[in-house]
Amino acid sequence: MKNSYLEISHVGIEFPTDDKPFRALQAVDISIAKGEFISLIGHSGCGKSTVLNIVAGLYEATEGGVILEGKEVDKPGPDRAVVFQNHALLPWLTVYQNVELAVKRVFKKTKSKAEMHDWIEHNLSLVHMDHALHKLPGEISGGMKQRVGIARCLAMQPKVLLMDEPFGALDALTRAHLQDSLMEIQSQLGNTVIMITHDVDEAVLLSDRIVMMTNGPSATVGEILEVKLARPRDRLALAEDPEFIHYRQQVLRFLYEKQKNPAAAQEVKAEVNQSTDAQQAMSQDDDSAAKHEAA
Amino acid sequence: MTEIAAIFRNEKGKILFAPSQLILLLRHLGKALALPFAGIVIFLMLWQGVANNITTSLGQFPGPVQVWDSSKSLVAEHQREREREAAFYQRQEDRNAEKLAKDPLADVKIRPYTGKATFFDQILTSLYTVSFGFLVASIIAIPLGIACGLSEKVYQSVNPIIQTFKPVSPLAWLPLVTILVSALYVSDDPMFEKSFLTSAFTVTLCCLWPTVINTTVGVTSIDRDLINVSRVLQLPSLVHVRSIVIPSAIPMIFTGLRLSLATGWMVLIAAEMLAQNPGLGKFIWDEFQNGSSDSLGRIMVAVLAIGLIGFSLDRLMLAIQGRISWDKQAILR
Repeated sequence: MKNSYLEISHVGIEFPTDDKPFRALQAVDISIAKGEFISLIGHSGCGKSTVLNIVAGLYEATEGGVILEGKEVDKPGPDRAVVFQNHALLPWLTVYQNVELAVKRVFKKTKSKAEMHDWIEHNLSLVHMDHALHKLPGEISGGMKQRVGIARCLAMQPKVLLMDEPFGALDALTRAHLQDSLMEIQSQLGNTVIMITHDVDEAVLLSDRIVMMTNGPSATVGEILEVKLARPRDRLALAEDPEFIHYRQQVLRFLYEKQKNPAAAQEVKAEVNQSTDAQQAMSQDDDSAAKHEAA
Repeated sequence: MTEIAAIFRNEKGKILFAPSQLILLLRHLGKALALPFAGIVIFLMLWQGVANNITTSLGQFPGPVQVWDSSKSLVAEHQREREREAAFYQRQEDRNAEKLAKDPLADVKIRPYTGKATFFDQILTSLYTVSFGFLVASIIAIPLGIACGLSEKVYQSVNPIIQTFKPVSPLAWLPLVTILVSALYVSDDPMFEKSFLTSAFTVTLCCLWPTVINTTVGVTSIDRDLINVSRVLQLPSLVHVRSIVIPSAIPMIFTGLRLSLATGWMVLIAAEMLAQNPGLGKFIWDEFQNGSSDSLGRIMVAVLAIGLIGFSLDRLMLAIQGRISWDKQAILR
């Protein structure tokens, strides 16, 4: 990449365990242009989340580093907003207050009270949540919570938007809605996005490039697939599009042939076939368990 | 039956409950109350039966009937004392008015009434003492617990001390506290009685620990995602504590506070007995020393009062938690 905006450079990480350190990532190199939409895909436990957490600054890489706009990333910050898998809204604050918490941190010095108020409402209307400003997260559905989580991140005007399986916990219909919303917002705002996903269709539909990761331990970048589908993309038209099917095949081939993982393969297959919620929940458990062990 | 039916009519005389609904309601209430009621009746019968067969140096052990009589006499004593007090102030006022009428510049004295503290006065004193001790404990314990929960280092260094002092009986603290209060609280015009401070601080020492421990657990078990949100937003420590830590830990903090208050109330009675601070503990001790024929009955009334007050204090804490907690759907028990 010539004009690299975000450079993930030779990143490796080891987690201390009781006997010998566990090496999760090895020599991960990704370079991302401004406004690019990148998906990370790979089997459960391959360290996708770890890459994202290193970019976010939540984990510190053992070697290598992340450079954003010429500056090295050494701690978490609002310029790299994270959309968490399980929304991570503060349950005691209303939808509005959750976004307000973030906006106040970022724009306290540059925006007036009225401007902040308008900005919060603007971002919530971007994700179509302006009808429920004063509801608590406990009173709205899972998809709505995730919308608010996205609005909270958008409102921070981050340099990079990091999404950790943002739609993983949602049912297929809600997920499709949110994917469409995300594409619409992306076309308006042109954010730089890194998204982790398990869902091959989602990766092809949304991304400019798909980064496929090899299996852990010592996971690294396997292949990078450039998706040259024209935007705006329409999911119904693309479903039959030979180019789309071709990209989809390539990702599947990587996951099933080149990185065949008997334990995890079943899960990904289930997800590719628009998994049921139960399987989805199971694979997420595995994933978070893996993260937990790693941490 | 017509009276009961009238209760269920509103001002316009419209029946709010149809008779069938009324029957359902009564049946529902009956189901909810039947078992507790049966339990209480059986307990009272057993108590009376056993009591009838025990003769002590102070006469027969009181059964529910005698205790009921004792409680009535305690109420009567209280009313008599209040009448006497009112009469005392009335006399004093009359006397002063008379003096002033004779000589407008007369030196008028107003003396407080110093009658015997009744059972109900003792209850109020006890409640005041326990609240004071509990409040001091909470002011120390909640911040300490939050600090322990946030920092592994603080926890590591404070934990051995907590674990050592937690099992210490109030009776062991009391002599030390008594001497310390005598030595340190020297004032010509004391705001508090020394015996009051001794009891209150003994309560404090014993009810610090449950709140510290539970707050610590509550703070350490905050959702990792929420902590990450705070890190991404780079929230300053105080905002982090106020907007993330405390709301998350509220249920555990309240669990700790309820355990603390229950401990404090138990400890207080023992402390009052030994410190001779006015209160329910002293009331029991005095009755014990008195050794009259109705002493046992009066002590039994105090025992029941202590139990019921402890129960109400716990309910009160639950009600406060219900108001403060953000999670209105949570089932509190």
